[in-house]
Amino acid sequence: MSDRLTVRKTYKLYLGGAFPRSESGRTYEVRDAKGHFLANAAWASRKDARDAVVAARGAFATWSAATAYNRGQVLYRVAEVMEGRAAQFVEEVAAGEGISSSKARAEVDAAIDRWVWYAGWTDKLAAVLGSTNPVAGPYFGFSLPEPTGVVAVLAPQRSSLLGLVSVLAPVLAGGNTAVVVSSRDRPLPAITLGEVLATSDLPAGVVALLTGDAAEIGPWLAEHADVDAIDLAGAPAPLAMELERSAAGTVKRVLRAPAEEPDWTADPGLSRLRPFLETKSVWHPMGV
Amino acid sequence: MTHVLDPSALTGAGSLTGPLPDPFADVTRSGDAFRAFLHGLPGVDQVGAENRVKVLGTRSIKTTAKAWAIDTAISMVDLTTLEGSDTPGKVRSLAAKARRPDPEDPDCPPVAAVCVYGDLAGVAKQALVGTDVKVAAVATAFPSGRASRAVKLADVQDAVANGADEIDMVIDRGAFLAGRYLDVFEEIVAVKEACGSAHLKVILETGELVTLDAVRRASWLAMLAGGDFIKTSTGKISPAATLPVCLVMLEAVRDFRAATGRQVGVKPAGGIRTTKDAVKHLVLVNETAGADWLSPDWFRFGASSLLNDLLLQRQKLRTGHYSGPDHVSVD
Repeated sequence: MSDRLTVRKTYKLYLGGAFPRSESGRTYEVRDAKGHFLANAAWASRKDARDAVVAARGAFATWSAATAYNRGQVLYRVAEVMEGRAAQFVEEVAAGEGISSSKARAEVDAAIDRWVWYAGWTDKLAAVLGSTNPVAGPYFGFSLPEPTGVVAVLAPQRSSLLGLVSVLAPVLAGGNTAVVVSSRDRPLPAITLGEVLATSDLPAGVVALLTGDAAEIGPWLAEHADVDAIDLAGAPAPLAMELERSAAGTVKRVLRAPAEEPDWTADPGLSRLRPFLETKSVWHPMGV
Repeated sequence: MTHVLDPSALTGAGSLTGPLPDPFADVTRSGDAFRAFLHGLPGVDQVGAENRVKVLGTRSIKTTAKAWAIDTAISMVDLTTLEGSDTPGKVRSLAAKARRPDPEDPDCPPVAAVCVYGDLAGVAKQALVGTDVKVAAVATAFPSGRASRAVKLADVQDAVANGADEIDMVIDRGAFLAGRYLDVFEEIVAVKEACGSAHLKVILETGELVTLDAVRRASWLAMLAGGDFIKTSTGKISPAATLPVCLVMLEAVRDFRAATGRQVGVKPAGGIRTTKDAVKHLVLVNETAGADWLSPDWFRFGASSLLNDLLLQRQKLRTGHYSGPDHVSVD
């Protein structure tokens, strides 16, 4: 018998819990680090971003109201499902980033561990970032962290998996919903992550993963009046400046991009959790 | 394609004497004659109707045409609240929204009418003094229509006395489905009389009529009885307004005008929530009944959440960026 033909996959977006093609019908070629053809990916348009924001807004009520304990369980489940598909991630990271399998394996492991790390944070945020405030009256004053809302994330261009997880997980851990634009040239790990998220008890719409060009979709997300915050990790310097300016039109929270893409293996601390949390202070009468 | 009558067979079409237009003067002489007339209407090709609306739904309406369509659709909205929990305060805030749908933009047209229950028509009327926005009130034991005729007529008179400019009545679907067409007809005539100068919209509740053939019959029945508008649904049952139903009703008003010279309006209500849906309806109106119907006098949308979506799309066109639900009022 002759060699069988490989079943080629048609890559699509992950949007609203489903895998639609881009509304625009466009695709683009994904090449590995050496320039060889890898696959065709969906090339998301502004309308896909618009639909993703609608889905993310719809999912926000459920996800933000889920108990911190439950959110932690779901994020841990993401790590579990990723572990089972580690080999596929290793292959995609190695091809896309042009690194050896063993290095790619280390990246994938670090990405899985990052989910576990942020899963642990969900029910500790209130204790660490909240407080019982000293007051001079017969009442209590509390401050509590609350999710900001719908967060647009421009994922790092270079680190296609660890970078992506490092920016996405903290947004979810805080109870926000996310619209992510993947690395333009290295989108395959993001596409596979979409499949992982779809089978990880994450409610539909909480995350949208759009493969495409941050320079094309970013401005629409930065100006969108229903996006509450934007993470510019994957926006190159001149674009980031422009996006920051248009985000000011609707007073979005903006997480600036560092000049150089950071070393994602470093301990992130609270640096990516805090920007997407609002502090609500309430006072409560003491009773008799 | 005018199905019903050969216009050349008409004499004196255009003059309206009494409730029944000339060529149909004797169709209601008896229950049997009326049934024979309504069942003699050409059947509706359901597959064809669905296909037709599908094709028309793919029309691409962009930029200036879209801006026109959005403004036209806003001016056609009957802003509706029909809940048991309606309060005078809610009706007043709805009226404020009807006058100025987008407070940030004075160029945004007002809606056509505010649609409320009869007992709140007075509140709405007061809140809309000095504007062209009409007050529509639902009556005749809305939404089921299950009450005696005396109660229904009293309901109508009460709403008119409260200041309603338009009455939305429901037909007796039970009688219609049982084939007692003349009863339904006489009830509409009686309600029309009770309306006085108020416009009468006749709700067919197409979701309960089951077939498109029945929708066509009910449309003709309502138009013959003197309805100024035919309206798809109460919005209380599903399916409400669908495009094929709307197509059949638009064909009916077109054919009716061709036969009698009297123009009747159409109001789809319920289930129209997005700008895209509204634009599809406008395309359908233009392609079926014609541009004469593209005015708030002849076509309305019965809706509550549609207006917010139209406003969001309008803001998107005006500002160039996407807007969000935080930028329109909650109602």
